[in-house]
Amino acid sequence: MKFGVITFPGSNCDQDMIYVLETIMGYEVERLWHKDHSLKGADFIVLPGGFSYGDYLRSGAIANYSPIMKEVVEHAKKGGYVLGICNGFQILCESKLLPGTLLHNNHQKFVCKNIFMKANNNTSAINAEVPTDQALKIPIAHAEGRYFATEEMLNEMNEKGQIIYRYCNEEGEVTPEANPNGSLENIAGVCNAEKNVFGMMPHPERAADPELGNTDGLKIFKSMVQQVVSA
Amino acid sequence: MDTAANQTEVTVETAKELGLLPEEFDQIKKILGRTPNFTELSIYSVMWSEHCSYKNSIKWLKTLPKEGPHMLAEAGEENAGLVDIGDDLACAFKIESHNHPSALEPYQGAATGVGGINRDIFTMGARPVAQLNSLRFGSIDLDRTKWLLKGVVKGIGDYGNSFGIPVVGGEVFFDECYNTNPLVNAMSAGIMDAGKMISATSYGVGNPVYIVGSSTGKDGIHGAAFASKDISEDSMEDLPAVQVGDPFQEKLLLEASLELAETDAIIGMQDMGAAGITCSTSEMSGKEGFGMTIDLDKVPTRQAGMLPFEILLSESQERMLVVVKKGREAEVEAIFEKWDLNCEQIGEVTEGGRLEYYMGGEKVADVPAESLILGGGAPVYEREYNEPAYYQENQKFKIENIEQPKDLKAVAKFLYTHPNIASKKWVIEQYDSMVGTVNMSTNKPTDAGIVNLKGLKKALAFTVDCNARYVHADPEQGCAIAVAEAARNIVCSGGEPSAITNCLNFGNPYSPEVYWQFVGAINGMRKSCEKFKTPVTGGNVSFYNQSTQDDKDVPVFPTPTIGMMGIVPDKTKVTSLAFQNEGDKIYMLGESRNDINSSEYLYAYHKVKQSPAPHFDLDEEFSLQAKLKELIHNDLVVSAHDCADGGLFISLLEAAMPNNLGFEVSSDDEVRKDAFLFGEAQSRVVVSVRVEQEEAFVESLSASDVPFSLLGEVKGDSMLIDEEDFGKVNEAKEAFENALEGYLNS
Repeated sequence: MKFGVITFPGSNCDQDMIYVLETIMGYEVERLWHKDHSLKGADFIVLPGGFSYGDYLRSGAIANYSPIMKEVVEHAKKGGYVLGICNGFQILCESKLLPGTLLHNNHQKFVCKNIFMKANNNTSAINAEVPTDQALKIPIAHAEGRYFATEEMLNEMNEKGQIIYRYCNEEGEVTPEANPNGSLENIAGVCNAEKNVFGMMPHPERAADPELGNTDGLKIFKSMVQQVVSA
Repeated sequence: MDTAANQTEVTVETAKELGLLPEEFDQIKKILGRTPNFTELSIYSVMWSEHCSYKNSIKWLKTLPKEGPHMLAEAGEENAGLVDIGDDLACAFKIESHNHPSALEPYQGAATGVGGINRDIFTMGARPVAQLNSLRFGSIDLDRTKWLLKGVVKGIGDYGNSFGIPVVGGEVFFDECYNTNPLVNAMSAGIMDAGKMISATSYGVGNPVYIVGSSTGKDGIHGAAFASKDISEDSMEDLPAVQVGDPFQEKLLLEASLELAETDAIIGMQDMGAAGITCSTSEMSGKEGFGMTIDLDKVPTRQAGMLPFEILLSESQERMLVVVKKGREAEVEAIFEKWDLNCEQIGEVTEGGRLEYYMGGEKVADVPAESLILGGGAPVYEREYNEPAYYQENQKFKIENIEQPKDLKAVAKFLYTHPNIASKKWVIEQYDSMVGTVNMSTNKPTDAGIVNLKGLKKALAFTVDCNARYVHADPEQGCAIAVAEAARNIVCSGGEPSAITNCLNFGNPYSPEVYWQFVGAINGMRKSCEKFKTPVTGGNVSFYNQSTQDDKDVPVFPTPTIGMMGIVPDKTKVTSLAFQNEGDKIYMLGESRNDINSSEYLYAYHKVKQSPAPHFDLDEEFSLQAKLKELIHNDLVVSAHDCADGGLFISLLEAAMPNNLGFEVSSDDEVRKDAFLFGEAQSRVVVSVRVEQEEAFVESLSASDVPFSLLGEVKGDSMLIDEEDFGKVNEAKEAFENALEGYLNS
């Protein structure tokens, strides 16, 4: 399996993602540039975090018009896997590959810290092997991470199992105090109805290197890879 | 040169308006052999401003040690100092102030401070890996302070987060002396292959000169001159002197510059900070004795009709000057094309050392490059200095005159909720501290910020330190302490101090009392740096941090911020400040003293503002650090945390909070209990030791001359001192973490 990590102008977590997938996990990674017109044979596309196009206008809004996004949409429509982290999640919402949108945090400030989140179900590649009763410690770093969707959309997403991760406390309880940005229903990550496109605000790639003292994020990557390879 | 722009008749009055002294005007006339036109006068006014020329400080700066076994580029040679860190890698690091712009427009002032310091690093070809900042504000109950703090923090965050380099350390301090003049010092550090440094130089007649990055606008004109005078009620008129930042452009410029560094297509590169095109063209040319012709019509501008002096002096951000090898233009242009950045040839290198600027087909200025720069024709002054009266007053302080409060628990709570000691969580969480996945201190808190070098055995350590209250009390002792404390933080974390950068924030150098503080601080820094073998790699001087209040000149505390870099030779030895296991023994290395001099306790609780600096002995400190290094190397301590602001009690609390592990300790009968708990005598470190290693630990210390004492043990979840309950650790933690936000919302 080959990953493809896209660098948009202003991406700043692209190298961190490549380091985890390539050096820590040992997979082949294709470096993709936003002006590319091909995914160069990558099976699993990752849109990393950062501030694509400076996040001017609206987070992710301009990156959605990069040439490579046409290829990403086509790949997703054919059932190919796509994961967006943080700014990548925002871009996937802008491109309508994922439902909903990400608004300014309710406290109106950028926030970077470790939070806890847990798998909401085990029905998609990205959470299939992550226990639903265990809190994972994963960093967040965003100003616009408050997940929002209409009630109708939320009902449908809940029904179809599209909520993949929710913010919780250290004990694994989903509480209002554990919600770091005011996201509806403590939503930290979602997928599409077909379960091949995923997005999340927390950064699992920042919790994947044993030298940094926290490898909870690796559990997410391992689940993802295991499922995709065995599928 | 009689263009429309240069119609203004130039007299000594014009020179004075631009901030030049009459004798400097005479000197310019002598250099040119004629009266300068307005454009030329503007060029001299910025290049000879304090900010660019260091004219009132260079004499003393030259006395600082700048040589070290690992120095690849010494202070003043390049945009930042460069240290060999082994494995064919080098670390470039530097700290710089953006005080004056931040006082007027905190958001943009602080943001462009971050942008500027990072450009200094990547213009050398190094990729920034860590940022730190040192901030000082006035009384926290003032609305102005809250406005400044919120703006500065948001400015640093918005710029640095987007640019994508983690903040790994910093300090925030409040005192009324900073009411008008906040201090905003930003530090950046980067890594590069040791042999690939890009120099800030220019040579080779006919080589093309390019401007790359953002377009040039009218922002920041005379910014350097503005930074070279006191803040007054007229300062708001200087608002256009504040620059505007665009972190997205900076990120593109970073990636393009580092791609450029991989080629050998360029001669040199320098970022445009203070004094814009003027400064970069003259500094690059002056070094090698070459000149340049520059066609200002070719500079991409944001608006039409800019005058020559406006283009020359503009401090628009995110721009670089690049001298390209003739014939390699296409290669360079392709890189900037890839990143959608401007890349315009604006001139070429000439023989003879003159800078000739053209516009509209006419020559608008013609000056010798060398005459403009530090180390060349820029003036150098010796200033007078006198010991201020307050210094002798400080010596009269006697601890006996301070009554010991009955309720020391209340004092403890007063201190851990005091804005200077309480957690800076509200600030820190607005910065991305984890991008780059190198911050080893996130999940393992340490006294210095530890930056991982992926794939290597070693890591880097960074810290910024300065207790300006100590420096004010005694400049020489206080600044020696600042260096020692920085080194102590690095040693506590498992590192070895390598080198420092400094940001010297002082009042008006023409005040003999202020200059006495400056000279004292330099003397203390020299002494300490020589002892720790940490050369000064560069930095910045910011004078004129003073304002007029009720017809009196009020300078800030002398604040020589020390940014130190260290190497952790073996990252498995990184040592946390936090207690790790119930039952571990708690020891203090160093000696408890009857000393509350210049402590937060004395200053804020007793409101006694005059006392000497706390006890400090350089040799004692050096022995302590050497011993601690050895103990860490031999795995004999589990945690190490230095005693700093707030004294021993705060150190114990800070060690207790991360893992919610309490402590039971006993005080020392020989020492007053308030001094034991809250005094800030230097050269003390709290360590915890496994019971099974206690014997080896004690044996090792007994064989040395480093004093040590058993304080108690790690126990439960409360703080017990002489069997008196000082409260639950987690309750204190909540108050400690939320205090700052409470002040800001009140």
